[in-house]
Amino acid sequence: MPGQPPITDLEQLRSHPAVAKLTAWNSATVVGAKFDRDEMSIYLERSSIREACVLLRDDLDCPFNFLADLACVDWFPSEPRFEVVYHLLSIPKKERVRLKVRLASSSPTLDSVTAVWPAANYFEREVFDLFGVRFAGHPYLRRLLMPEDWEGYPLRKDYPVEGYR
Amino acid sequence: MILNMGPHHPSTHGVLRLILEIDGENIVRIMPDIGYLHTGIEKTCEAKFYQQVVPLTDRIDYLCPLTNNLCYVLAVEKLLGLEIPPKAQWMRVMLNELTRINSHLVWLGTHALDIGAMTVFLYCFREREDILRLFEMVSGQRMMTSYFRIGGLALEPPLGFFERVRDFAKRFPAKVDEYENLLTGNPIWGMRTKGVARIMAEDAVALGASGPTLRGSGVDFDLRRDMPYSSYEKFKFKVPVSQDGDVFARYTCRVQELRESIAMVQQAVEGMPAGPIKADAPKVVLPDREKMKTQMEALIYHFKIVTEGFAVPAGEVYQAVESPRGEMGYYVVSDGTAKPYRVHMRAACLANLQLLPTMCEGRLLADVVAAIGSIDIVLGEIDR
Repeated sequence: MPGQPPITDLEQLRSHPAVAKLTAWNSATVVGAKFDRDEMSIYLERSSIREACVLLRDDLDCPFNFLADLACVDWFPSEPRFEVVYHLLSIPKKERVRLKVRLASSSPTLDSVTAVWPAANYFEREVFDLFGVRFAGHPYLRRLLMPEDWEGYPLRKDYPVEGYR
Repeated sequence: MILNMGPHHPSTHGVLRLILEIDGENIVRIMPDIGYLHTGIEKTCEAKFYQQVVPLTDRIDYLCPLTNNLCYVLAVEKLLGLEIPPKAQWMRVMLNELTRINSHLVWLGTHALDIGAMTVFLYCFREREDILRLFEMVSGQRMMTSYFRIGGLALEPPLGFFERVRDFAKRFPAKVDEYENLLTGNPIWGMRTKGVARIMAEDAVALGASGPTLRGSGVDFDLRRDMPYSSYEKFKFKVPVSQDGDVFARYTCRVQELRESIAMVQQAVEGMPAGPIKADAPKVVLPDREKMKTQMEALIYHFKIVTEGFAVPAGEVYQAVESPRGEMGYYVVSDGTAKPYRVHMRAACLANLQLLPTMCEGRLLADVVAAIGSIDIVLGEIDR
């Protein structure tokens, strides 16, 4: 039933404005891209996420000025285990783009984007709370939804649906 | 002095706890503490078949269950590549606009009650009752409707339903005038809302505000018009925007939205296309009861869908709709099996709640109540 198969070849997607912008800045930033079901996903190198976000936010042609969502997916037991997903929206251009950073389970840490969009504050706390991914530079990285003294990270795949008991 | 407001407080609209640092009557710092209603819906979704998630989505935001239903089914339909018949799409738009009115009426009633205007509450709940009766008529449930299905609607709308909707749509604009008579020109209402809890457009965008909270700050953006879904592009409507960024601006935006929504309900009823209400996809959509009892194939499909679900091609989708509170988004990841690998809900209220410190710090304690009401939070959605 799905129409077009996804395009995962980075070379074919170089012309996408966001990819072009990021590779022009630093060619090592973009490690992959995917165009599937009319949605663009860009895989970024871990250390560059904050600068990449600033770049996309301040882009003059298509400013992705709105952080719509920040989520995480756990691909346990495969590695790299975590995928932190940023959904950006450009309010003036009505465009969306998805940024992804892959994290190994040995050190699930990456830079916080709270300095770029203060909106990321709660979103990052939620990801920290439910997945145990740490955001370096977050002003107040504490549990958001679960109780302070909760053990474990409930949305990880190795956490049973019924909980530990 | 540190003051604790909530979690059980009549004007926090649910179990929201605010830690207030105050100096006399002035707010120095304000820190929302949430999570009291956390039910782990996202985790539960991963253990259910795709079609079993629909009733869970009702429970996220209990004031707009149909909007959540819509957002989820649109996301899964996008993953499946399903084409939805026009009648189902128009029904979805109509019911979503009724939901918006329903949700805004609860907001208006409780918000006015918080600030001290008692009467409005009774007026609003009178009309809300009419809408809930319409929901009951079409889906059998007043609040937890679960009326949308992946591939269409659950049931054909009953006889006489459209007449009831038409009748309501005719009566309703006069009722909005009634609410406005009570509030808009009222000097006490003006003093409690004008210039209170102000937020500028840049701050609102940076903090992730959406919906009427964003439009109240002068940002002209509405997903229904700017990134249309479910044939919203075929409807004529205006997007109310207000420049002031205060409680009154958000109030005017929502009240104007009531008028626009009822006009869209009217357009939907008048132009309702004929035809089926379910997509032609026997592997995904349950067959009619009649066919199931007479045709072998339909019976097999029914049995398979109910017992083992249906596989959804691997991939991921982010679908956003304009809920009464702002951008409601569902991020659904499929690994090719019959159960979603990951469902993440982008809750408009969670982002909107982050505006509260910017709105209230440096202002009076009494303004906090007005500010909470004006961002229209639903704690079920925030905590999920």
